[in-house]
Amino acid sequence: MKEKKGVFSYIADHRFLQILISIFMGFLVGAVFLIIMGLSVGEAYGRLLTSITSLKGFSYVIVYSISYIVVGLSVAFSFKTGVFNIGAEGQFVVGSMAAACVGILCGNLPGIVLIPLCFLAAMAAGAIWGSIVGFLKTRWGINEVLSMIMFNWIAFYLSNFIAGIPAIHSDGSAESTKNIAASARTLLPQGFIDRLNIAPTANWGILVAVAATVLVWFIIEKTTLGYELKAVGSNKNAAEYGGIGVNRSILTSLAISGALAGLGGALQLMGMGGRISVFTSQEGFGFAGIVVALIGCSNPFGVLVAGLFYGALIYGGSKLNLVGVPTQLINVIVGTVVFFISISILFERLNFTAVRHKTRKEQNIMQQEEIDKANEKGGGKQ
Amino acid sequence: MKKTLAILLVLCMVFALAACGQKAAESSAAPKIRIGMVTDVGGVNDKSFNQTSWEGLQALAAEDSSFEVNYLESKTDADYQTNINTFIDEGYDLVICVGYMLADATRQAAQANPNQKFAIIDDDTNADLPNVACLMFAQEQASYLVGLVAGFTTETKTVGYVQGMVSPSMNKFGVGFISGVLAACPDATVLQYNANNFGDSAGGSTAAKDMITKGADVIYHAAGGTGMGVIEACAEEGIWAIGVDTDQSNLSPDHVLTSAMKRVDSASQDISKSVKNGTFSAGVHLYDLTNNGVGLAPTTTHLSQDILDKVAAAVEDIMSGKVVVPTTAEEVPQFTLAD
Repeated sequence: MKEKKGVFSYIADHRFLQILISIFMGFLVGAVFLIIMGLSVGEAYGRLLTSITSLKGFSYVIVYSISYIVVGLSVAFSFKTGVFNIGAEGQFVVGSMAAACVGILCGNLPGIVLIPLCFLAAMAAGAIWGSIVGFLKTRWGINEVLSMIMFNWIAFYLSNFIAGIPAIHSDGSAESTKNIAASARTLLPQGFIDRLNIAPTANWGILVAVAATVLVWFIIEKTTLGYELKAVGSNKNAAEYGGIGVNRSILTSLAISGALAGLGGALQLMGMGGRISVFTSQEGFGFAGIVVALIGCSNPFGVLVAGLFYGALIYGGSKLNLVGVPTQLINVIVGTVVFFISISILFERLNFTAVRHKTRKEQNIMQQEEIDKANEKGGGKQ
Repeated sequence: MKKTLAILLVLCMVFALAACGQKAAESSAAPKIRIGMVTDVGGVNDKSFNQTSWEGLQALAAEDSSFEVNYLESKTDADYQTNINTFIDEGYDLVICVGYMLADATRQAAQANPNQKFAIIDDDTNADLPNVACLMFAQEQASYLVGLVAGFTTETKTVGYVQGMVSPSMNKFGVGFISGVLAACPDATVLQYNANNFGDSAGGSTAAKDMITKGADVIYHAAGGTGMGVIEACAEEGIWAIGVDTDQSNLSPDHVLTSAMKRVDSASQDISKSVKNGTFSAGVHLYDLTNNGVGLAPTTTHLSQDILDKVAAAVEDIMSGKVVVPTTAEEVPQFTLAD
C-alpha cells in the first residue's frame, strides 16, 4: 500500500516523468497495433529512427519542426493565460496568406526588407484573427472555443478566396498561389545545402523559432504583462480582485497567441512551401500546435523540445510506407500520447477534488496523519 | 502499481524480441525495378486517382515480381518535395507523381536530378523536361460519354453537375459532360455547381439535394471527396449519380448509374513497364478513347443495351474524328461555372 502510493505520487509530482511515460505508452500502443497487423515492430521503429538520425534526415526534422514549435508556443501561451487557443489553425492560415501576399506583391524588394515585412504582415494578421475572437468573448461573452473553430473555417475559405485572385493565383495549372519571391524565402544558400547534402528546404527559420521561444519565456516569466496574464489564467476572479483588467488581459493574450501562430504560418511558407495551395482540407498545423503544447507542458522550452519531437515523428513517420507500415501509425502514437497526458491531468484534478472532498466531510473521522498526507499529495501539483 | 509496471516492462521485452525475430526475412537476389508513387493531399485511399494508380501499381507488382512498388502520402502542399526527394534518396527507378498539384515540385526535383526518371499524372507543364513523362487523360471524352448516358436516362430533362474547382483542367469535365447531355437530349437543363472544394462531402450533399429539389434526376460529379456527398444524397433521394475517375459503383451499387473512368491504373502500369523495358520516353503520353485510356466504367448493370449501343456509336464517331468533344469553356456557352 505504501509503496504504491510512493510510485504514484512520485509520478504525479514529476510532470516530465508523466510526459515520458505517455510517450512510452504511445510507442507501446503503436507496437501492439503493429503486432496485430503482423508487421515487424523493430523494422518500423528502426526505420523511424534511421530516418531522422542521418544529417539529411535531421535537417528535415528541423525544417518540419519550425512551424510546430512556433504554433506550439502560440497554444502554450494561451494555455498559460487561461484561454484555449484552438483557433491557432486559422491564425496560422491567415498569417501564411498575409506573408504570401506580401511575398508575391512586393517581390521586387530586397530580402532584408521583404522578409521582416512578411513576418510583420503574418503576425499582424494572426493577431487580428485572434483579437476578433477575443473581442467577441470580452464584449459579448461569446465562447472563444466555438468562435475559434468557426474562425478556422473562415480563414480556410478566405485563404482559398485570396488564392483565387488573379494577382495572387498561380500562372501555371496548379491550384495555388504564385510562388513567393525568392528574396522572401528563408532558405539557406544553395551551395551550402549542396555541400552538406542536407534537406533542399533547409532554412534559418529555426533561429526565429528559438528566438520566439526565449521571447515567450521572457514575457511569461519576467514581465508585468506576463504576470498579469498568468494571474488571469490561474484565477480570473482573484486577478480581477487584485486590480488586473481581465478583459484586456484576454485580448492581449489572444493577440499575442495569434501573432505567434501567424508567424508560424509565415515560417512554414517562407521556409518550406513557397506557395499556398487551394486547400481541400485543413492542413492541421494549429491542431499539431495543441499537441506540441501539451507534450511541452506549456513551458516554452518544453515546447521547443516537443516541437522537435513532433517534427521527428511526422518526418520519420512519412517514410514508414517504405517498409510497408501505414503512416497512420504516427497518428496512433500521437493520439495515445495526448490521451495519456490528458488523463494524467484529469487524474490530478480528480485526485485534488477527491482529497478536498474527503477532508471536508470526514475530517472528524480521518486521522490527522492521513489528512496531512492527503494534503501534501494534493498540494504538490498545480 | 509495481506489478503493472513490471508487466509492462516484460511486454516491452517480448515486443523487442518479436521484432528481432522477424527481421532477416526479406532479401532478394535480382535487383528489382523500384517504382515510387507520391500522392497529393488526397491520400492513397481517396477512392479516386491516387487510389487507382496505387491499385494499378500493386496489381503490376503482383503479376510481375521484378517490380517493387511503394507510395508516400503527402499531408500538406509542402510535403510533395520531401516525398519526391525521399524516393530519389532511396534510389528508386521511377517516381510517379499523382496530380497536377505536384507539377512545381516535380519540375524542381527533375531539374535537380536529371538522371532520375519521373512520371506525373494530369500535368503537361513538365513536358519540356527530358526526364519527365506527362500522363494526360482526355477527361472531356469520358465526361462526354457519361453525359450521353445522363441525357438518354433523364426523364425530367434536368441533370446536375458538381465540380470540385474551376480551372482549365477541371472545366474539361464539365464541358465534356454538358456537350454529351445536350447531344443526347438537346432541350435538357444542366444545373451546375462549383463546390470549390474536393473534400467537403457535406457541401456536396447539400448541393445535390438542392439540384434534386429543382428536378434533377441524374447528377454527375467531378469533385473528389465532395462527390462522395453527392453520391450519398442521390442514394438517399433515390436518383442516379454518376461517378468519376474510377468505377464508383461500389459506393452505392443501386444508385451509381455509371462512372467516367480515367485509366490511371493502366497508365502508371505502362510507364512502369517502359522503365523495365528501357523504352521510357519523356513528354506527353495521351490516354484517350483510342488507347482505352478513358471510358465508361466496366459496371454496366444499370445501362440498357440501347444506351450502350448509342455510346459505342459515339465512341466510334469520336475515334474517327466525326465528333470532336470540346475542351474549353468558350466552346460550350451552357457551361456557366467558368465565369
